[in-house]
Amino acid sequence: MAVDQAAVRRIAHLARIAVTDAEVPHLQDEINAILAFVEALSAVDVSGVEPMTSVIPMRLPMREDEVTDGEIEPAILANAPLAEDGFFLVPKVIE
Amino acid sequence: MATDSTELTSLTLAESRDALRSRRISSVELTEAHLRAIERAKGLNAFVATTPERALEMARASDARLAAGAAGPLEGLPVGVKDLYATKGVHTQACSHILDRFTPPYESTVTAHLWRDGAAMLGKLNMDEFAMGSSNETSYYGPVASPWLPPNWSVEQARAALAGDKRGLLTPGGSSGGSAAAVAARLCLAATASDTGGSIRQPAAFTGTAGIKPTYGRCSRYGMVAFASSLDQAGPLARTVRDCAIMLRSMAGADPKDSTCADAPVPDYEAAVGRSVKGLTIGIPREYRLDGMNAEIEALWRRGADWLRAAGARIVDVSLPNTRHALPAYYIVAPAEASSNLARYDGVRYGLREPGADIVELYENTRAKGFGAEVRRRLMIGTYVLSAGYYDAYYVRAQKIRTLIKRDFETVFAAGVDAILTPATPSPAFGIGEKGSADPVEMYLNDVFTVTVNMAGLPGLVASAGLSAEGLPLGLQVIGRPFDEETLFTLGHAIEQSAGGAAWPKAWWE
Repeated sequence: MAVDQAAVRRIAHLARIAVTDAEVPHLQDEINAILAFVEALSAVDVSGVEPMTSVIPMRLPMREDEVTDGEIEPAILANAPLAEDGFFLVPKVIE
Repeated sequence: MATDSTELTSLTLAESRDALRSRRISSVELTEAHLRAIERAKGLNAFVATTPERALEMARASDARLAAGAAGPLEGLPVGVKDLYATKGVHTQACSHILDRFTPPYESTVTAHLWRDGAAMLGKLNMDEFAMGSSNETSYYGPVASPWLPPNWSVEQARAALAGDKRGLLTPGGSSGGSAAAVAARLCLAATASDTGGSIRQPAAFTGTAGIKPTYGRCSRYGMVAFASSLDQAGPLARTVRDCAIMLRSMAGADPKDSTCADAPVPDYEAAVGRSVKGLTIGIPREYRLDGMNAEIEALWRRGADWLRAAGARIVDVSLPNTRHALPAYYIVAPAEASSNLARYDGVRYGLREPGADIVELYENTRAKGFGAEVRRRLMIGTYVLSAGYYDAYYVRAQKIRTLIKRDFETVFAAGVDAILTPATPSPAFGIGEKGSADPVEMYLNDVFTVTVNMAGLPGLVASAGLSAEGLPLGLQVIGRPFDEETLFTLGHAIEQSAGGAAWPKAWWE
């Protein structure tokens, strides 16, 4: 199942990665090379097989519902490209 | 009494530990010798950040504890850390541009265990960007040169290439290329590494070192930059199987901060090294014999089986029918999980930020600038196979195939097989710049013998099994039952010993 150039642009937008017009054909070839490689899987008989949901049999561990962390604002903001007054700064999100 | 510097970096981790405990050497002199070796080996590009002051501070504290008779299991031993482990206050970027200047305010559980047990941190090791690669060529910091000389190359030729673009020099494998190169070049006694599709085992095979990917859930993934959460696992790379066992005992263990980390006791793995293999049943899976297989690798595999038979193991043919589906299924599952895990790199809270007129442009520009070509490729495949209309046909189907792959192994183990012996890689190490530029899939084929193990969540160990006719390292892989790393250490040691012990490349890079 190959992808066309419109699909490549759509996928790039879903992945939030900017692509230039010049890059699209090459990306299309790369993606199609990988899709061709995985195509063989469509012929495998998987009827009645459950998808794997847990690698090793394990129960999700539970703990007491209490606050055990937090109040570490400076540490959280320490790596921020742009921060002010305890907030991360970003361009306007809401119109 | 000062011991010669080269002598100090020629000891294994176990030998160094014993020399420290008997006070024949100090941790400070051992650490200084390794720091000097790292400095002389800058050209290999194995380290992306060194922490000499911290290393010596830790070494001094270790010497005090050694003198007081209060030594931990790794007391005073200088080690390297793969760049994807969060080390508090120290460069942690998974060798990606998008994590520029990221300095975590927290420590990964695995490295916290190493420091708890007394090890000293030499620095952070080069790797493929976000652990995506099999040659360390996708790193933002450039490729790593293997300390093994390419066949028929002179030292002068190699030094010239090292000073240039490194083309033609051997890759140490990937994604833990820096870890493997540093251990093989004797720049550190051992290194932490990680394995999602073979990233510990393939570099171990390429560099003649030992490496183990433990059972999924053996080690905590807290503080590891995530690639594919159902496949990633931490593990050690070291000079010998015994050294790996010592490292794994410290690295492993339960962790409330990782809900996929098993609450199971950690055995004394070193005690399994040197045990007899008499009575063990070893399976040889016929589906791992590929058409057109490298004749040397095939012969090595047969030789490995002969060694184990001579040591008293029973060798049987087994079948893992879904083997050939593992690699394509992996290249659906891993990119899919990566597309989810790498969504957090958006230029807002850490790392690189590129300007944008609005928030979406900020995301798109940051990610386009910050991710390398291989990462971008995998994120796009991952996004595609999870998108509406394709999710069932690709991702769900691949997860069903994963159930089949795991079932194959369970059937074989239930029939009384203790471990499975396979080649580790389809070839010895190849040259930098040699693969992958025309067709991304060419590079992926390196993982053909290793991905099955991650897909099934099993432990896999690679031991050095000798040299090729051209003088390059060759490794063999043993795959075990869940949480039976002990049997793998027993078998790995037997293979290593039968091969005549580990071999070390002569230093040409200084």
